[in-house]
Amino acid sequence: MGIEGIGARVARKEDKRFITGAGRYVDDMVVPGMKHAAFVRSPHAHAQIKKIDVKKAQAMPGVIGVLTGKELKADGIGNLICGWMIHSKDGSPMKMGAWSPLAVDKVRYVGDAIVIVVAETKGQARDAAEAVEITYKELKAVVDATKALQKGAPQVHAEAEDNLIFDWEIGDAKATDAAIKAAAHVTRMKIVNNRLVPNAMEPRAALGHYDKAEDHFTCWTTSQNPHVARLVMSAFYNVAPENKLRVIAPDVGGGFGSKIYIYPEEIVCLWASKKTGVPVKWVADRTESFLTDAHGRDHVSTVEMAFDKNNRITGFKVDTIANLGAYMSLFSSCVPTYLYATLLSGQYNIPTIHANVRTVYTNTAPVDAYRGAGRPEATYLLERTMETAARELGVSPAELRRTNFITTFPHQTPVIMNYDAGDYGASLDAATKASDYAGFAKRKTAAAKQGKLRGIGMSCYIEACGIAPSAAVGSLGAGVGLWESAEVRVNAVGTIEVLTGSHSHGQGHETTFAQLVNQRFGVPIDSVSIVHGDTDKVQMGMGTYGSRSGAVGMSAIAKALDKVEAKAKKIAAHLLEADEGDIVIENGEVKVAGTDKSLPWFQVALAAYTAHNLPAGMEPGLKETAFYDPANFTFPAGCYICEVEIDPETGTTEIVQFVAADDFGNIINPMIVEGQVHGGIAQGIGQALLEGAHYDASGQLLTASYMDYTMPRAGDLPSFKVSTSNTPCPSNPLGIKGCGEAGAIGSPPAVINAITDAIGIVDIAMPASPSTVWAAIRAAK
Amino acid sequence: MSDVSFVVNGKRVSGAAEDRTLLVHFLRENLGLTGTHVGCDTSQCGACVVHVDGRAVKSCSMLAVQASGSTVVTIEGLANGADLHPVQAAFKEHHGLQCGFCTPGMIMTATDMIARHPEGLDEATVRTELEGNICRCTGYHNIVKAILAASKTMAKASKGKAKQAA
Repeated sequence: MGIEGIGARVARKEDKRFITGAGRYVDDMVVPGMKHAAFVRSPHAHAQIKKIDVKKAQAMPGVIGVLTGKELKADGIGNLICGWMIHSKDGSPMKMGAWSPLAVDKVRYVGDAIVIVVAETKGQARDAAEAVEITYKELKAVVDATKALQKGAPQVHAEAEDNLIFDWEIGDAKATDAAIKAAAHVTRMKIVNNRLVPNAMEPRAALGHYDKAEDHFTCWTTSQNPHVARLVMSAFYNVAPENKLRVIAPDVGGGFGSKIYIYPEEIVCLWASKKTGVPVKWVADRTESFLTDAHGRDHVSTVEMAFDKNNRITGFKVDTIANLGAYMSLFSSCVPTYLYATLLSGQYNIPTIHANVRTVYTNTAPVDAYRGAGRPEATYLLERTMETAARELGVSPAELRRTNFITTFPHQTPVIMNYDAGDYGASLDAATKASDYAGFAKRKTAAAKQGKLRGIGMSCYIEACGIAPSAAVGSLGAGVGLWESAEVRVNAVGTIEVLTGSHSHGQGHETTFAQLVNQRFGVPIDSVSIVHGDTDKVQMGMGTYGSRSGAVGMSAIAKALDKVEAKAKKIAAHLLEADEGDIVIENGEVKVAGTDKSLPWFQVALAAYTAHNLPAGMEPGLKETAFYDPANFTFPAGCYICEVEIDPETGTTEIVQFVAADDFGNIINPMIVEGQVHGGIAQGIGQALLEGAHYDASGQLLTASYMDYTMPRAGDLPSFKVSTSNTPCPSNPLGIKGCGEAGAIGSPPAVINAITDAIGIVDIAMPASPSTVWAAIRAAK
Repeated sequence: MSDVSFVVNGKRVSGAAEDRTLLVHFLRENLGLTGTHVGCDTSQCGACVVHVDGRAVKSCSMLAVQASGSTVVTIEGLANGADLHPVQAAFKEHHGLQCGFCTPGMIMTATDMIARHPEGLDEATVRTELEGNICRCTGYHNIVKAILAASKTMAKASKGKAKQAA
C-alpha cells in the first residue's frame, strides 16, 4: 500500500470545498432569469378535488404562473411509476394506482402536490400559493396498513381492491409448516418495524431550465442517480427525449435512499420552466421534506422459528404486512420483497424458509428504500427472534448464533441468495472480545447497585449489496439493469479523469476512487479528478444506493483501468523496445522489469496523444470505457453488540457501549469506511430509541418537523468501537463487499435486545423512548 | 423594505431587504454567501450558524435588519487566506464531515464552543454543546473527535503566543 493507495487513510480531497463553504448544492445554483416555485399541497389525507380556483393567486404580486395538473396532463406529462414489477402468488401483476405529478381529481396523502406557483421571489410564490383556493370533499382516510386491508376500509386507489397491491410469497410453505410442526421448540413473535423519515440534511430541491432556442431542458436536482432520473423522466414521464434533457446532481447533501426516486417536483419544475419561459427553482422546506420524501420501513410481521432438540434452526416462517403509502414510489415494490425476504436466512443454516408479504396502500407518504432497504427489516426479525429464542431455550445468545452459523461457502440459502464468502464466527469473536461480553454480569451487578438496569444485546446481520447482476434482477422484475460504468481518461500530461456513473453525496468517492487509480499507476491523487453527477459529461450509469459504489462502481473503474494499463504497456513496450509482458507500472514510472529502462508515466500518455511513434495500427489516445455487471450480490456481514443502562425512574436509556465488528471484504480507505459505519449505527440507534413517523387517524403527520421528530443528536450517542475482520469478496475484481448500509441494518436489534434484556421483557416497541421504556418497566413489575 | 448595513467577513456591505428577510437568506441570496445552509424551518438543525458580533447565532433565527450594524463572520470568512482555521483543518483530518451540508454550521458552532472553553473541552461537554446542530451522516463520532483535537491545537497555539508575548 502506498501512502495514497488501496488501504491508506487518506484525508478526503472533497473536504476543502465543504469546510470553506464552497460546496455547490442545488439551492446554491443561480441561473440568469431564475424564478422561484412553491407547491400547493393537500392539507387532507384523502379527499376529492372539487374545484381549483387560481384567479386570486394569479393576481398576486410577482406571480408569473400558476399551473395545475389539468394543464400538465394536457401537455402529455405522464404519471409516476414503480419500476419493479412484482407478481402476486396467484400470478397477477401488482396493482399500481395512478400517481399524477400534480393531483387532478383526488388527493391521497397530506402533502400531495396539486398546484405549482412560479413567482419572482420565494416569498411571493409562497404568498400566492396560499391564495390558491381549492374546494375538497373530504374522504375517510386510513393510515394503518393492517386496517387498510380490512373490508370496508377507505379505498385509496380504485385499481387495488382492499388496498392490497400484491400478495407475494417466497420459499417453501409446506416444508416450513412441517418443520414447525415437528420442532422441539418454536419461538413466536409479532414484530413491528417503525416508520422512519430519512432526513438527509439537505432538503430536496430542483431547478428546471428550458432553453427555447435549443429546445433543451436542464435539471439540477438532489439525486443519487442522475442518469436514472433522466431515463425515467424521458421514457416514462414524457418531459423530453434523453438527448434534450440534461440532469445534473451537483453536491448533494446526503441521500440515504430518499434521493434515488424521481419525485413530482423535478418533473413539474422542468415542465413549468417551458410553460412560463423562465428557469424555475424549488427547494423543499423541512416540513415539505417530512411530508413528501419517501419514508422507510413500516412493517408488521409475525414470525415462527423452529428449533430441533440441539438448538438448530429447522425452519423460519414469516408473514409481513408492508405499508407502501399512498403511491408506489420508484423502487417501492422490491424493498419488502427481494431486498427483504431473500435475507431471511441471515447468517444461519436454515433448511427451509417461507415468507408471505402483503403490500398495502394507505393515506400516508410513499414508502421506499431507506438506508438498508428491506435488509434492516429482515435482520430485525431474525435477530430479535434469535435473542428471544436464546432466552426461551436458556442458552447464551452468542452460542445459539454460533451453533447455527453458516461455516462453509458458497452457501445456497432457501431464499435465492448464494453467499460467496464470510466468517461469521470471526466477527462474533471480535465483537464479544471488544465488548468484554464475558464480563457483562459484573457490570450489571455494579449498575444495579447504582439503581440502574443494565442490559446487553447482540445482532449478527448479513446484507446483500452491490445490487446486482442485471440478468438476475431483470428476471425478478426490475425495469433496469444494475451494472455500473466508468471512463478513464488519461490526459496528454498524464493526469487522469475518471468519469463514473456512481454519485457521491457524502461517501467520499472523489478520494476513494482516486486511490484506486493511484494504486494502479502511482499518479498522485491530486492529479486524479473524479467526474460524476452530470448526464452531459458522464456516460450512462446507474448511481449510488445499495452500498454499490465500491463493489460495482469501482469494479467498473478497475475494468477501465485494465484497458488503459494494457494499452499503456503496449505503447511503453514499443518505445522502450521491450516485450510487452516485461513492462511494469510503478510509482508513476513505466519500467522494463529487471532493467534500468523506464519512462515517466506522463511520457507514455504524451506519446499516446502525439501519436508520432505508436505501435503499427494502434489508435491514438489513452481513454477507455468499461461497463461492469456484477456476477453476484456481495454479502457484507458482522456482529454488533450494544450495552445499555436504563434509569428506571425516568425510563431514559443510555448507550454505554456500542461495538461493531464488520466484514466488508477489501477496504480502500478505512477512515471513510469507519465513517460510514458510524453514520449507519447512528441511524440505527435513532430508529431504536428516538425516531418514528407518526400519523394520527385522520392522516395528519404529527412528526413533521425537528420539533416533533427526534433526530439523533450528539448527546444521544456514544463514541463507537468499530473494527473489521474481512474476507475478500470473490465475485468482483477488488474483493469489495460494501459498507454503506451495514450500520443501519445491524444496530436496531442490538439496541432492542439490550433494552429487553435490561428490563427482562420479550419485546418493546421502537422507538424505545423514555416514556415507552418507563411504561414497560412498570408493566413488567 | 429596510436598509441593511453590516460588516461581513471583514467587508462592509449594505443593501435593501424585505422586513421579513432572515439573515440567512440575506447572506445567501443578496451576498451570494451560500456556504451558510438552511436545513430546517424551526431553528433546530444548526446548518445556518454564523458568528454575529463574536457569538454563534443561528442565522435563521434573526432578521437581516436585526443584524444591521453588526459584524458577521460566515464559514467563507473563517480561514485566514489559504490557511485553514484549526477547526476546519481538524474536520478534514479527522473525517468530521461526509455530505458537507451541516459542516459549515458545525464548524462555526465548534469555533465558538472552543472560544468559550479556554480551559479545554471533554467529550461530554462537546456532545452537550452540539445539541443545536444536527448531522445525519457521521453519527457525530468524528465531529466530536475533530472538535477535541482542534481545541487542543488552539490551546497549544495560544500558549505559544502567550509565551512569545512574555
